[in-house]
Amino acid sequence: MPVEVRLPTVLRQHAGGLASVKANGETLEDVFGDLVRQFPGLAGQVVTEDGALHKFVNVYRNDDDVRYLDKLATQVSDGDVISILPAVAGG
Amino acid sequence: MLRLAADVRRRMVDHCLAGLPEEACGLLGGTPDPADATVVYPTRNMAASARLYTVDPLEHLRADRDAEERGLELIGVFHSHTHTEAYPSPTDVAQAPDPGWHYVLVSLMHADPVVRSFRIVDGTIEEEEVEVC
Repeated sequence: MPVEVRLPTVLRQHAGGLASVKANGETLEDVFGDLVRQFPGLAGQVVTEDGALHKFVNVYRNDDDVRYLDKLATQVSDGDVISILPAVAGG
Repeated sequence: MLRLAADVRRRMVDHCLAGLPEEACGLLGGTPDPADATVVYPTRNMAASARLYTVDPLEHLRADRDAEERGLELIGVFHSHTHTEAYPSPTDVAQAPDPGWHYVLVSLMHADPVVRSFRIVDGTIEEEEVEVC
């Protein structure tokens, strides 16, 4: 089912400059898999080679941080908005 | 060059002073080109530290949405250095997420806060002029 995936500026270069794209899946893992099929340049940017969420990004399903849901196994529904944000930190 | 609205500069510095003795942080909204910061989003420092900062990701999400509703985007981040100069630390450089962003530092080590802005691209720091208008 289609969801909207919102991309941070730093990743848009890998998605034809788009700020928001549609992707399909039952879970977040499916959605990110579909995203990489559409935009191969996004491979490794959100999900690590080991199949985990990259620690330098925060991912939200609507208003919920997916790390506090089921991480990549989080279910998504038609119309959900998935937001990918860079983790902003320093010293 | 980064243009900072005077009100943005004032609110940014006030947030940093209010955060003492810990570092304070927040996001800047505006237009990327020309770089013009017109909205400030003070955020919680999740690290709650005098040496580190982490922008609260939920506040980041809300700031991102608000900027979009205003037809703007997030163009940078600011944070304070409580006892050092307004210059990016090695941690700032290592963790800079976006080469397109403006990294604004507010030093509180002197009586008068000092505000400087930098671009950080592939680990290289380049200072840029800040114009308060």
